[in-house]
Amino acid sequence: MNDIILDIKDIEVEAGNVGEKQITIVDKVDLTLRKGEVIGLIGESGAGKSTLGLTVMGYCRPGCRITSGSIQFRGHDLMNASPKEMRELRGVKIAYVAQSAAASFNPAHKLIEQFVEGPHQHGIMTARDAGKKCIDLYGKLKMPQPEVIAYRFPHQVSGGQLQRSMVAMAMACNPDIIIFDEPTTALDVTTQIEVLATIKDVIRQFGMAGVYITHDLAVVAQVADRIKVMRYGKEVEEDTTENIINHPSQDYTRELLASRSLVRDRQVDNIEDDILLSVEHVSAGYKRGEKILNDVSVTVKKAQTVAVVGESGSGKSTLARVITGLLPAWEGNIIFDHKRRDPDIKQRYRSTLKRMQMIYQMPDTALNPTQKIETILGRPLTFYLNMKGAARRKRVEELLDMIELPKNYINRYPNQLSGGEKQRICIARSIAAEPELVICDEVTSALDQIVAAGILRLLQKLQNELKLSYLFITHDLDTVKAVADEVVVMLNGRVVESGLKDDIIHHPQHEYTKRLLDSVPLMDPTWLDKRLASRVELIAD
Amino acid sequence: MKTLWKNLKEMPLSARIGLAIVVVNLLGGALAPLVAPYGENFIAGDFWEPASSRFLLGTDQLGRDMLSRLLYGARNTISVALITTFLAFSSGMILGSLAVVKGGWVDQIFSRVVDVLMAFPTLILALIVISVMGTNTYVLVLTIALIAFTRVFRLSRALAMDVEVMEFVEAARLRGEGSTWIIAREIIPNIIPPLIAEFGLRFCFVFLFISSLSFLGLGLQPPTADWGSMVRENADAISYGYLIPLFPAAAIAILTVGVNLVVDHLLNKAAGNVHGDM
Repeated sequence: MNDIILDIKDIEVEAGNVGEKQITIVDKVDLTLRKGEVIGLIGESGAGKSTLGLTVMGYCRPGCRITSGSIQFRGHDLMNASPKEMRELRGVKIAYVAQSAAASFNPAHKLIEQFVEGPHQHGIMTARDAGKKCIDLYGKLKMPQPEVIAYRFPHQVSGGQLQRSMVAMAMACNPDIIIFDEPTTALDVTTQIEVLATIKDVIRQFGMAGVYITHDLAVVAQVADRIKVMRYGKEVEEDTTENIINHPSQDYTRELLASRSLVRDRQVDNIEDDILLSVEHVSAGYKRGEKILNDVSVTVKKAQTVAVVGESGSGKSTLARVITGLLPAWEGNIIFDHKRRDPDIKQRYRSTLKRMQMIYQMPDTALNPTQKIETILGRPLTFYLNMKGAARRKRVEELLDMIELPKNYINRYPNQLSGGEKQRICIARSIAAEPELVICDEVTSALDQIVAAGILRLLQKLQNELKLSYLFITHDLDTVKAVADEVVVMLNGRVVESGLKDDIIHHPQHEYTKRLLDSVPLMDPTWLDKRLASRVELIAD
Repeated sequence: MKTLWKNLKEMPLSARIGLAIVVVNLLGGALAPLVAPYGENFIAGDFWEPASSRFLLGTDQLGRDMLSRLLYGARNTISVALITTFLAFSSGMILGSLAVVKGGWVDQIFSRVVDVLMAFPTLILALIVISVMGTNTYVLVLTIALIAFTRVFRLSRALAMDVEVMEFVEAARLRGEGSTWIIAREIIPNIIPPLIAEFGLRFCFVFLFISSLSFLGLGLQPPTADWGSMVRENADAISYGYLIPLFPAAAIAILTVGVNLVVDHLLNKAAGNVHGDM
């Protein structure tokens, strides 16, 4: 087998300061890569997939050390290479594409200047040739008007275009291997599909090998030939994409696959026709004359879940702020339980506030790090229900029980909990007030898939028990399928379509809804190819 | 208690030295009546006597024992500086947070007033106020506290602004909490760690400021022992080759260095916390 270009054996990476306890981040993992092959590294946060990806370059982050193992790349021993040898390989033969293109570009220089820098520094091309290559590559990556885009500054192009120009930069020196570290995670679904198509195209055209790191199985299934599943720094299993998707051999992989296919489980007889919240023709914004929301109407019935879907900038989070009164609406009415409520939170009664609670996207910033769980959950009890002392403590324990956390968490601080546990505490804080409506703003976006599935299951359980209504704001259509009864699709501050979930998902009327639904990757390795064949115009942006 | 001991063991050498200096000064000041060989204003010998077994550090311009004066001086200067810093911090922290939570015109009024106060050179502002209001300790404390307050206010406001945008503050607003709860329970606990480090630093400035004012004759008034005025009173001795004025000057310098060593350590810890596990 002479076409093996990279062979990593028994690699081990540790982190921790000298003299302190060492944490093993990557634990005895092998990785081989053949010419023209793409391997997908998949796992949840903390699985060690990014760290393993970086070892391909013989590199690890500050504070980490490669403690044992070997890295062979085309006759170079990267474990013992001199800094000079490394410099000649990195960026030239092995290139890297980072998750956030926006953070990786220097905002003070034009795209083409940043492209030229690499090949020019390494003495591979003259600045002139590199410039030509840049425009050429931009064309191959199907960027609209390459010679115009190349002379723009990073902030003047879209997120998807920026990510594509980063792919172009990685390809500048015709590398043998490109490492993609979550290149589409920060993008909207409709943009993700373009970037994915680009990456797949590039690999096919130039026959380079790739390491594709992601937490999303459906995404990796589109580009990888083989998939390696990782957990806690160890390899769970490695197999061809086909086998991993269709015949996973390990429980963990099965769990990962299952977390994407959560179904709505609810007692249908719970649904009442009584309307709880009705937002009527609301317009609002932060600056005078700049409407973020434009004539938005949404209704939520009792014990029902309405999902508000849209990409970043569609105004869905602003809608939540308007309903709660944090951002008073300019026009229109907010009717809650048949009464018009004041648009400004400061003018609303405490009894109104109690009935409407909210859960946030980032559990880390939604809990005060200096308060114990007892205070965090106890405060709404005292504030709304005038509960004190032992009764309050007992109720906090009951709440912990409802969110499936042990009672002794009552004395902990938020930083002693994991992300998923923190989000459960946020849920408990909202139901402590005994509300009727809970607004969930991207509550699962910051969590790993399996943890997120647990949170969604908990929210459904609570809905069945307490007859809650949810207004569920999300950009993730899988979540919508899992939780919603009705769906509202938003674009640029307007509602483009709304109705029952099954109608919207199976018979979308609006062009944008169709495109949104089409862009969600399915667990099928041929999905991207089929999609591209049927909708060529998508790539043209 | 256990954690205190653990913290002490983990401290770097510089911080331990600093802490030792601070503790010795505090103890010296607190126990001055017990440990000082002579009274604060007792004339025990001839003026500017050199160090001897009777007067370990010699005597000052009136023949009072320098060591005793230094111990009483620690008591006076440090307590005035502590009270002043404490006043500046409690008011700065609360009003800084209030400006952020209320926003709008409340913030505008506080911030502009502070801007105006900060536009004056501190020493000149203090000289004007003290010369108009008279040189007593209350005026001294309030004037310096006002000057230190402006700095603490700006820092607290900046820190509180970072905390105020956090979602847990929004959650409290959504719950309908009033400003008192938001300031006292949500914001202040989260801005305290960096402010403690600033407290040490600000204490040094206040302490030096009192000494400078005393040196100019506007600080603590004689016969009260005070390190700054002790330097001035004995300044002439330097022309005759006596070391006497250097002792209070050294006391000021050593305490300042000591507090700074501790503060550096606290600052490092506060900075580490930001990046470490919060």
